[in-house]
Amino acid sequence: MSEASLEGFRADLRAWLEENCPPQMRDGLMTEEGICWGGKDWVFTSAAQRDWLERCAAKGYTVPTWPVEYGGAGLSRDQEKIFHQEMARINARSPLQSFGIWMLGPALLHFGTHEQKLHYLPPIARGEVRWCQGYSEPGAGSDLANVQTKGEDRGDYWLVNGQKIWTSYADKADWIFALVRTDREAPKHKGISFLLIDMAQDGVETRPIKMISGISPFCETFFTDATVPKDQIVGEVNRGWDVAKYLLTHEREMISGGAAGLTGTGRALGAVLSETMEELDATLRADAMRCEIDTLAIGLTLERYKDQAEAGQGAGDASAMLKYMGTELNKRRHELLMTAGGSDALEWDGPLGNRAGDWLRTKANSIEGGTSEVMLSIVSRRVLGLPG
Amino acid sequence: MAKLVMTEEETMLADMARGFLDGAAPVSAFRALRDAGQTHDADLWKEMAGMGWAGVLVPEEAGGSDMGQAAANIIAQEMGKTLAVSPFLSSAVIAATALRQVGDARAMQALGRIASGEATYALAVDEGIKFDPEATEMEAVADGNGFRLTGQKRFVVDGALADRLLVLARTANGLTLFDIPADRGGIARQATQMIDARDAARISFADVQATGEDVLGTVDSAMDVLKPALAAGQAALAAELSGLSAGAFGMTVGYLKERKQFGIEIGRFQALQHRAAHLWCEIEVTASAILNAGRMLDSDPEHAELAVSLAKARATDTAKLAVIEGVQMHGGIGMTDAYDMGFYMKRARVGAEWLGDYAYHAERVAALRGF
Ligand SMILES: Cc1cc2nc3c(=O)[nH]c(=O)nc-3n(C[C@H](O)[C@H](O)[C@H](O)COP(=O)(O)OP(=O)(O)OC[C@H]3O[C@@H](n4cnc5c(N)ncnc54)[C@H](O)[C@@H]3O)c2cc1C
Repeated sequence: MSEASLEGFRADLRAWLEENCPPQMRDGLMTEEGICWGGKDWVFTSAAQRDWLERCAAKGYTVPTWPVEYGGAGLSRDQEKIFHQEMARINARSPLQSFGIWMLGPALLHFGTHEQKLHYLPPIARGEVRWCQGYSEPGAGSDLANVQTKGEDRGDYWLVNGQKIWTSYADKADWIFALVRTDREAPKHKGISFLLIDMAQDGVETRPIKMISGISPFCETFFTDATVPKDQIVGEVNRGWDVAKYLLTHEREMISGGAAGLTGTGRALGAVLSETMEELDATLRADAMRCEIDTLAIGLTLERYKDQAEAGQGAGDASAMLKYMGTELNKRRHELLMTAGGSDALEWDGPLGNRAGDWLRTKANSIEGGTSEVMLSIVSRRVLGLPG
Repeated sequence: MAKLVMTEEETMLADMARGFLDGAAPVSAFRALRDAGQTHDADLWKEMAGMGWAGVLVPEEAGGSDMGQAAANIIAQEMGKTLAVSPFLSSAVIAATALRQVGDARAMQALGRIASGEATYALAVDEGIKFDPEATEMEAVADGNGFRLTGQKRFVVDGALADRLLVLARTANGLTLFDIPADRGGIARQATQMIDARDAARISFADVQATGEDVLGTVDSAMDVLKPALAAGQAALAAELSGLSAGAFGMTVGYLKERKQFGIEIGRFQALQHRAAHLWCEIEVTASAILNAGRMLDSDPEHAELAVSLAKARATDTAKLAVIEGVQMHGGIGMTDAYDMGFYMKRARVGAEWLGDYAYHAERVAALRGF
């Protein structure tokens, strides 16, 4: 697309945002209170939040790069960059976030049939159906391919039994995409299927688990004779590991981007720290400079990889690198925020709101979606070719 | 929009440069030079000039190839991989960029001599142990129509052998940049024995005569000319350091696959795998900052300062990690002079200091980011 038409796109978008983004949605709030997750039972925190979601969804702006027929706006990479710039310019909240957008969507776009895409994607884009991720089990964490939840072939449906754990927002979700062992004889990577399971049935139960940050965002999820119609499988039977891995690359990129504070308003760390500590001491300032440098460089790396992907220069294992670097950086960042907050940061819901909770939550960044150690092992094997 | 991805031409340039350097300037050539006590390979520089490298930032009308900063960075990066010795940064990048800011007939002639490889330059800025051009004390006292320069410069990279010097000195109302021949009366050059075995000098100036003709740009306004030149040099040096990191890293990963202890390749030990993988991640992230600096200098030089300091800071740090890990993962052999890793370590250290160390560039990033 020419520079001129890109600038035309920017002008139109800017005008549209000016008219349609409610003032209350221009605070860039990315904390739990600010996020709209959508779903059947979603309770909007304000009329503005609802309006903002509906207006964006009507334009395809909740999933700007998805094809129009599946609920997106079909934006090119250049347009997408402009979209994020313009959203950041007015400090707009993201209208909708969800595991459907970050994880299942990309997997369906790649592996799903046309019918599946038409059926599942638009409700994700409109925020009508909320998904959760049923990968981990008590015995299958880093060794994810060891999943034991089993799916028996009952002719026109699968009968699913087993337990998942650490399932984020399972208690709030409508559907779950799950890794289920459908062949117990095959080698462990070759007997897994990727199933889409409706959680509104008696055979699916969830039990929240409380985290160190005080909230209960994840659950144990139990399947007891849950039934899954045969067309609710993504990819081929027993080939779910391919889908699972592909999805993980998207999840990891999302975690690294979000974690690095790069999808937020892009404010300089020094300015944020100075809000609570007018004069940064020398040690904190030095740490903050280093953190800022790394943040900018990792942000550029995210851009570079997107540009490379668009140019067809695939960097397949890049997501492991980004996930590792982005999440470790985010942990550093929140340590600095705590330091700059001093004793004010030590109170639950104190003068600095949920700063301590946010800090504690970041410790999961380098665990969820594959631990830092697992990321380094992936780089070591696939990129460096070191013997396994 | 400028993309953070190598164009086809850039990839070709990199391949071509790598091919040439692997043949004409492998690390073994550097070793031979060092063993012979030399700091410059005149034939190699002539060949580089023949390929258009000396004129990479020289306009075509002055006989250059005018390929731009991103291309200069690619060349520097490839040179870093094999530790190729040349006056590329001092002459083709820094001096050429300075002269280009002026662009008058005299400057164009000088640019032509750089492009052809006839003239080499060195930048004489540092006076203290750290890079700090604004703190320059050396004086250029007005004398009739000209000036007399008196003072000391040190860590003048490529300064012992350069044909000409760009000298920063204090004049009545600011700083002024002079472009003078290195053999002018009153100049005494003392080559320093550098850890990286390359050319550098301490230079003293005693009543050195300079005319108005010798002033590059405008009197009292050195920074108009020097700032872009420094930015170009810092970006290219960062690129060299990122190439150096990749070179040291390549050796290290190769060694992990080959050296056996306890009956297996040491690359099977997860403790080493994870350290190597971490280093690769750092190298990748730094590569983005380098690419971005080249893009910014080519498309929007007025606003490239942040990109340049980001690149130099990251490259400095990454190179340090690459050589420290490089020596450690090689064990005893990494400490020997007969092995090449030490060369990488020593060059990384010099590159870290030259044109501003990590702290200098971190402060600039912080200032530009408002803290
Ligand atoms: C906040 C949060 C949200 C989550 N949300 C979800 C979700 O929605 N859905 C879902 O399916 N899962 C979710 N998870 C689970 C997450 O993916 C797992 O916790 C993760 O994969 C690690 O597994 P584990 O907890 O069993 O740790 P383990 O695998 O037992 O790891 C323990 C330690 O051993 C290390 N280790 C393990 N294997 C190796 C090895 N081969 N080499 C070196 N070190 C190793 C690990 O790096 C780690 O440090 C979530 C986790 C968290 C913390």
